[in-house]
Amino acid sequence: MPMPRVKFNQDLCKGCGLCVSVCPQRLIQVQKRRLNDKGLHPVYVEQVDRCTGCGMCATICPDLAIEVWR
Amino acid sequence: MQAVFKRTAGLLNIPTHYCPGCTHGILHRLIAEAMCELDILHRTIGVSSVGCTYNNYEYFACDMVQAAHGRAPAVATGIKRVHPSKSVFTYQGDGDLAAIGTAEIIHAAARGEKISVFFANNAIYGMTSGQMAPTTLIGQVTTTSPFGRDPDAQGHPINVSEMMATLPGAVYVERVSLHDYRHIIQAKKAVRKAFRVQEAGLGFSLVEVLSTCPTNWGMDPPKSMDWVAEVMIQQYPLGLFRDPKLEESK
Amino acid sequence: MEKRVLMKGNEAIAEAAIRAGCRYYFGYPITPQTEIMHYMAKRMVEVGGTVIQAESELAAINMVYGAAAAGARAMTSSSSPGISLKQEGFSYIAGAELPAVVANIVRAGPGLGGILPSQGDYFQATKGGGHGDYRNIVLAPASVQELYEMTIEAFNLADRYRMLALILGDGALGQMMEPVVFRDKEPIDLPKKPWAVTGTGGVRPHNTITSIYIKADVLEAFNRKLQAKYAEVSRREVRAECLNCEDADILMVAFGTCSRIGRGIIPIAAAQGVRVGLIRPITLWPFPSDVIARAAAQPSVKAVLTIELSCGQMVEDVRLAVDGMKPIAFLGRSGGNLPTQKEILQKIMKMVGR
Repeated sequence: MPMPRVKFNQDLCKGCGLCVSVCPQRLIQVQKRRLNDKGLHPVYVEQVDRCTGCGMCATICPDLAIEVWR
Repeated sequence: MQAVFKRTAGLLNIPTHYCPGCTHGILHRLIAEAMCELDILHRTIGVSSVGCTYNNYEYFACDMVQAAHGRAPAVATGIKRVHPSKSVFTYQGDGDLAAIGTAEIIHAAARGEKISVFFANNAIYGMTSGQMAPTTLIGQVTTTSPFGRDPDAQGHPINVSEMMATLPGAVYVERVSLHDYRHIIQAKKAVRKAFRVQEAGLGFSLVEVLSTCPTNWGMDPPKSMDWVAEVMIQQYPLGLFRDPKLEESK
Repeated sequence: MEKRVLMKGNEAIAEAAIRAGCRYYFGYPITPQTEIMHYMAKRMVEVGGTVIQAESELAAINMVYGAAAAGARAMTSSSSPGISLKQEGFSYIAGAELPAVVANIVRAGPGLGGILPSQGDYFQATKGGGHGDYRNIVLAPASVQELYEMTIEAFNLADRYRMLALILGDGALGQMMEPVVFRDKEPIDLPKKPWAVTGTGGVRPHNTITSIYIKADVLEAFNRKLQAKYAEVSRREVRAECLNCEDADILMVAFGTCSRIGRGIIPIAAAQGVRVGLIRPITLWPFPSDVIARAAAQPSVKAVLTIELSCGQMVEDVRLAVDGMKPIAFLGRSGGNLPTQKEILQKIMKMVGR
């Protein structure tokens, strides 16, 4: 089975942290040291290989910043 | 590889102006996805109202009309009567629908207008910076109830879904919430159902969607979601208030 | 074949709207214009149209907004207090550049006032009434036949310029019965509406109808566009009738019901050796300032008399048009009273020093 993939659009991300709060694997973090074009801290995924592709992050994202493949 | 989650064609590829963590973005997506899944995007006309979502006509890919504060159901009535074979929805907040537009929403429902209303209830005025809404909870602090909403002076919250359910023309009324994954999935079903009720010509449908306003509530977005789950739902219980019993076809 | 029928003014408006292709009427009852809705309620069924008795005037005008956005010919009607409520919708219709027709069968005010005829809504009709920089085309019929013809014309103008056309009648015109001639085919000028919301059909980008422009430069550019449109309307659509104006001693300016009274003065004054002319503005906006100025500039004209069913509203526009060339006199009645020929004649004789 191919590894799930999750893609975050850093420019759409507003760093609200909702995806961080729902990820069952606790893989998502807000990048406190980075600012995107909006001047907000976007999120990133640590240990992408542990992502199960459940889509919970994308479902709760208000900004359509996340796409998920499995 | 298959997409588990991918951008819907029902929304144009424009970043929204909403504050970080605001649930309007989620509700927009659910409406857009429902239009695409039901294959009605090309024959749907939406009505934007006044409040934070005043310009969501820029985001939805279907034809859109911007309406004056509270008048969206009247505007939608005009559109639907001209195009009875099209789907028409309004997107309204609690100030728009439950304060200034109370007459319009009640009478659109009373007439059984075949429109779908998506009512985002976040218990506060967002755009004008956090004033008390008709749906503000007792004790809730807002910029115009700085000591908490006092029922003696400021009255009680309006439970819109319960009120609408007393009208025979409102054939489908459901209250849902966006505070977690499971509830978002349920909310999506309700949004789809509202369109299907309209498509079936059954009458007026309204989905009340418990939403957040992290900025004016003064909470971070995850905590706002918790507040909906723990506090807001006490005043606004989720559930089906009017059910037209659609045939499960789609 | 032409058909001649005896009709109430209000009914003539309704029949004209239907013959102009209006299939959507949204109203709220108020005296003295509700016969429009009564007539529509029966007649729309025959032509497959829609009549909604709305929950308020606000809702009714916003239903018009929706139907117009959807590409249809739609109208509402009311009388003064109800028209005040509709002003919000007027402004949004202007801001969204939607074609719409409204009839105001004016009654006496302010407040709830009375149900008798008045022209006290002239300011509201011609100067705005709602918020922002906008104009409405305002037509002032003076007979049941004209109520009929101008209603059709109002739909054509509204569609041509994508703006609101208002028929400003009064309780007397709405209630009076006169013969009306229906032509076999009315002059309908229906442009295509590619901007309307009809569903994209999957073949075009989405259409949006809005009146909100958050950025100052964008809103200013939009306002300039509106003003250019209003300038074009002012150039092309001014209508006025001049009776006996050539070499007149006294010029009367009066519209609607007052112009009917003024018309009767001409032969009576002539019998007493005073040549009186009548200018009847047919469009109140755009106002026939040039017509009035030209007539008033004649050396024979001693003074200009404005007659209104109000305490003096149009007289301000007459004064601006005459621009100090000649003295301006005013005769107005209010509360639902009409000026008598006798009092007008006395005023004229005083003006000529007799």
